[in-house]
Amino acid sequence: MAIVVPTQRWAAAVNALCLHPWSKPLLFGLMLLPLCVLVGAAVFDQLGANPAQALVRSTGDWTLRALCLVLALTPLRVGLQLPALARWRRMLGLFVFFYASLHLLCYSWLDMGFELGDIARDIPKRPFILVGFAAFVLLCALALTSPHRVVRMMGGKHWRRLHQLVYAVAGLALLHFFWMRAGKNDVAEVWVYTAILGYLLGWRLVRAAKYMRKRPLAL
Amino acid sequence: LAAIKSATPGALTMEKVTDYKDASSYNNFYEFGTDKADPAQYAQALPTSPWQVEIEGLVKKPGRYALEDLLKLSAQEERIYRLRCVEGWSMVIPWLGYSLSALIRKVEPLGSAKYVEFVTLADPKTMPGVRSRVLDWPYVEGLRLDEAMHPLTLLAFGMYGEVLPKQSGAPLRLVVPWKYGFKSGKSIVKIRFTDKQPQTAWNKAAASEYGFYSNVNPAVDHPRWSQATERRIGEDGLFAKKRKTLLFNGYEAQVGQLYAGMDLKKFF
Repeated sequence: MAIVVPTQRWAAAVNALCLHPWSKPLLFGLMLLPLCVLVGAAVFDQLGANPAQALVRSTGDWTLRALCLVLALTPLRVGLQLPALARWRRMLGLFVFFYASLHLLCYSWLDMGFELGDIARDIPKRPFILVGFAAFVLLCALALTSPHRVVRMMGGKHWRRLHQLVYAVAGLALLHFFWMRAGKNDVAEVWVYTAILGYLLGWRLVRAAKYMRKRPLAL
Repeated sequence: LAAIKSATPGALTMEKVTDYKDASSYNNFYEFGTDKADPAQYAQALPTSPWQVEIEGLVKKPGRYALEDLLKLSAQEERIYRLRCVEGWSMVIPWLGYSLSALIRKVEPLGSAKYVEFVTLADPKTMPGVRSRVLDWPYVEGLRLDEAMHPLTLLAFGMYGEVLPKQSGAPLRLVVPWKYGFKSGKSIVKIRFTDKQPQTAWNKAAASEYGFYSNVNPAVDHPRWSQATERRIGEDGLFAKKRKTLLFNGYEAQVGQLYAGMDLKKFF
């Protein structure tokens, strides 16, 4: 039992930190940091020989990273008994949408020169772009239903149903990334993200299975 | 490396030459890693002297040729070629070297030789990328014999007036300006003359995406992206519009007759 007490004390301290009024602005600033670094690098010509491609790729990478972070919140909250982490979920989710929007913007602008006709032809023609675009459409639905007012209007049950689409977003995002790299046989990095997201989704499946075994009637 | 201006038609484009910094830091050379910055970082450990090229297969004079002898085989020429990568970017590079045909004539291919295969060094000790299984090593590329004999097909030993930097395929490489960049094998250790179409590295890895010919062609898209336009590296900053890609990378007048009557969509 000697281990439990300090753990609980540690958890309580971290929990208190997460509840601190400054914790949210701090997280907000941290999540904006990648964008600031990219803009700075672009302005000072530090993005290498092909800055457009560097921006398209980096914004995609940060979308995936933000997605890993937001999906890690619940396992961390439950596993480490940090209920205060729930406060960050909405903001981190919106950052996923934010970086995905920047990713789409960089593609449409830097890659396609805002030629809407070309973009419209490109999306259905290339499966990996179609998959990425589908993930973005789902993210739009989640972002639009993120204000508290909308959550109340929809009712918790329907809102939760809808927001389970984030798991589909994770799957589509991985497929998008895999397809992009597959032709060049360069998928090591894709497996890293697949392992992380797979673990986070697997954890939820295991928990749901346990829950159903305990309360079969709750179905 | 001393050189004369090339007199081969089409060998000296007047377009703005890409900065040496970009040409020597943004490279695809998977033997050193898949990131564009990997070759410049890891290739410096590659020993390029002494170096020999083994010539084998259907030729009268097979054997090992030392780099020093190859350097002197023909007059070194400067040629300024457009380079179009299959990924959709391009550069303009001043190469030093001579037409591959000079070497081919010297080793005297047999009448039965129809193709030429180029093998890149694959040394796991000095090339970290070879330890990964991204491609089936060694890297093999190939040309039809008439393509290899075309005066624009260059055996290059240098660029920007200097010997080749290691990340660009030192000490000798191929440059085939009307084909996507990956057709131009780097750090070549073996040239083999055959009667069968060579099994090339990218074609083995993804046959639906990389054909044997891989001629630059804006009308034949890569399955995952358009080949109609390209980004010229270092041109007019981040928001510059891409430029239109030209058939055979703009060398149609010189090489078009090699493919007369061929369905370029089928033989991509």
